[in-house]
Amino acid sequence: MEKGGFSPVGLRVLVVDDDPTWLKILEKMLKKCSYEVTTCGLAREALRLLRERKDGYDIVISDVNMPDMDGFKLLEHVGLELDLPVIMMSVDGETSRVMKGVQHGACDYLLKPIRMKELKIIWQHVLRKKLQEVRDIEGCGYEGGTDWITRYDEAHFLGGGEDVSFCKKRKDFDFEKKLLLQDESDPSSSSSKKARVVWSFELHQKFVNAVNQIGCDHKAGPKKILDLMNVPWLTRENVASHLQKYRLYLSRLEKEKELKCYSGGVKSIDSSPKDAEVNSGHQSPGKSSFVFSGGIFQKATETDPKPLASASLSDPNTDVIMPPKTKKTRIGFDPPISSPAFDSLLPWNDVPEVLESKPVLYENSFLQQQPLPSQSSYVANSAPAIMEEEMKPPYETPVGGSSVNIDEFLMPQDKIPTVTIQDLDPSALSSMKLQEFSSNVTNNTEAILRSWELPESNHSASLDTDLDLSWLQGERFLANTGLQFQDYSSSPSFLSELPPHLWYGNERLPDPDEYSFMVDQGLFIS
Amino acid sequence: MNTIVVGQLQRQFQDYIVSLYQQGYLDNQFTELRKLQDEGSPDFVAEVVSLFFDDCAKLINDMSTSLERPDHVDFKQVDSGVHQLKGSSSSVGARRVKSVCIAFKECCDVQNREGCLRCLQQVDYEYKMLKTKLQDLFNLEQQILQAGGTIPQVSMN
Repeated sequence: MEKGGFSPVGLRVLVVDDDPTWLKILEKMLKKCSYEVTTCGLAREALRLLRERKDGYDIVISDVNMPDMDGFKLLEHVGLELDLPVIMMSVDGETSRVMKGVQHGACDYLLKPIRMKELKIIWQHVLRKKLQEVRDIEGCGYEGGTDWITRYDEAHFLGGGEDVSFCKKRKDFDFEKKLLLQDESDPSSSSSKKARVVWSFELHQKFVNAVNQIGCDHKAGPKKILDLMNVPWLTRENVASHLQKYRLYLSRLEKEKELKCYSGGVKSIDSSPKDAEVNSGHQSPGKSSFVFSGGIFQKATETDPKPLASASLSDPNTDVIMPPKTKKTRIGFDPPISSPAFDSLLPWNDVPEVLESKPVLYENSFLQQQPLPSQSSYVANSAPAIMEEEMKPPYETPVGGSSVNIDEFLMPQDKIPTVTIQDLDPSALSSMKLQEFSSNVTNNTEAILRSWELPESNHSASLDTDLDLSWLQGERFLANTGLQFQDYSSSPSFLSELPPHLWYGNERLPDPDEYSFMVDQGLFIS
Repeated sequence: MNTIVVGQLQRQFQDYIVSLYQQGYLDNQFTELRKLQDEGSPDFVAEVVSLFFDDCAKLINDMSTSLERPDHVDFKQVDSGVHQLKGSSSSVGARRVKSVCIAFKECCDVQNREGCLRCLQQVDYEYKMLKTKLQDLFNLEQQILQAGGTIPQVSMN
């Protein structure tokens, strides 16, 4: 390609897959795309390779299911530590898994068998990421720029078929190339070439402290955070991009809480103490922007404020971002399990019982598993002890989360209400009830997160912004972190009104057309 | 080069591979796989399917162990194995194997050991059957090449 700009030829791809057959095939396919390919059969090995050569790869493609480490965990590590775009792949195209991928920051989610044309365009994710870095640097100066970025992405998301969106992107691509060219010729903003900052635990600590200090109702912008952090070598753009990711994780935390809220309302996850620990400072109203039933709040506070505090702030060992047991959920997971079948689901049998008898314990483990995600990524191992707990609310229960995860919180008779979220069917979500509901809840977190006013505004990687997920008629369902739980006690009745097809057990795997439609609609954020 | 012989072999090859698709042994992914084969990797397809069959054998063996004792079945492991097998089979276009995996998974989900055992047996049968078929196909390819001909690209609609 021409000078400057971005060329897909020689794109350095790292492929991670425990299936040797797929690894060989993907290697061949990627080589045919003229990419530079490195293959890896183990997630840990992949991480090692990535860390060894920090700037050695442009993009990572990873399978979701791997024996040594959950693909989602790898995804988070890569995203946080290295800021590389990651594409997930799986033979399982179930909506919830896809959503999980998105929630963990995947740029894309490819369904196996993977086609050449899908691989041919992965360079666009790399480009987009680079462009986001550019925007971070330019900061406010790019307010105008965000519009075209949004438009670009909208063109991509709404483009419909792959070819169409590809064509549409052509003209935007030229614009972007010019942008990059401009940046590269400008010595002061070496955006695309900047060294990657590794956010060590201590560094992130400073970051969090700074954010907390500023508080959420002020403008906790990157500059201010940077000033407070007082780390001379750190740049404003480093902080900006890290802040963006932090917001992403926070929004994901909100969703998980909501999810649990949705689950029958009985197991209300009282995240208030967590809020206090994790979000303190981000939320002006002090404690929580959520209204949780007081009783549980109490308990949670009593039982476990300290471990949480230590977990979230200073004790790496209790950090659990991806409990290994996640493997269980993902494995088990394929189609949503129908209610009657749930009881017979062996691995998870114990969970509901425990739930019935020890709600407090649940809170404990949940809270313990709710440290700042970014911190836990610095920790090599998640605390195995926590894993053993019956409560396995996987930390990362995504919006579309596995039914198993959600159901763990449920007593058998409560199964029904949860699963709206997991069964992320576009048509299902068009259920008005959901929309009604979402409009009824407070919008605190979203407002808070938005108040930080990152330059990338509309199109940031965080789900809480106005991603045009128009295909998702439940609309802001995902994007809107504002989906908070107002009042738990009312939820069960509400949810029981949900149309049957939203209930747990409604297995409606997207058919291929729908799936590719979804993919093209680009839930995917880089 | 005996063009008549080559022609015959090529037709034989064509018919055979088409029948494999029609009988559901293979699907489009296999076609894609064949497209990837080039001068740089003339045995690509054979190598890939070989990896696949090795994987099958291993996975089936592991699952068999997990299902062995009626009182102590590790369905988690079985489920994991099925999932891997499904993924693997999708890589080469082993359609029948994949279909069995889907049924297999359902048995796993409801922890039906009997059902699982039946599926295990079936998946074992299917992959071995496919192995035989593909072996025949590769033999035909070899014959064509040895007769100086080229292997036809077969497009399935």
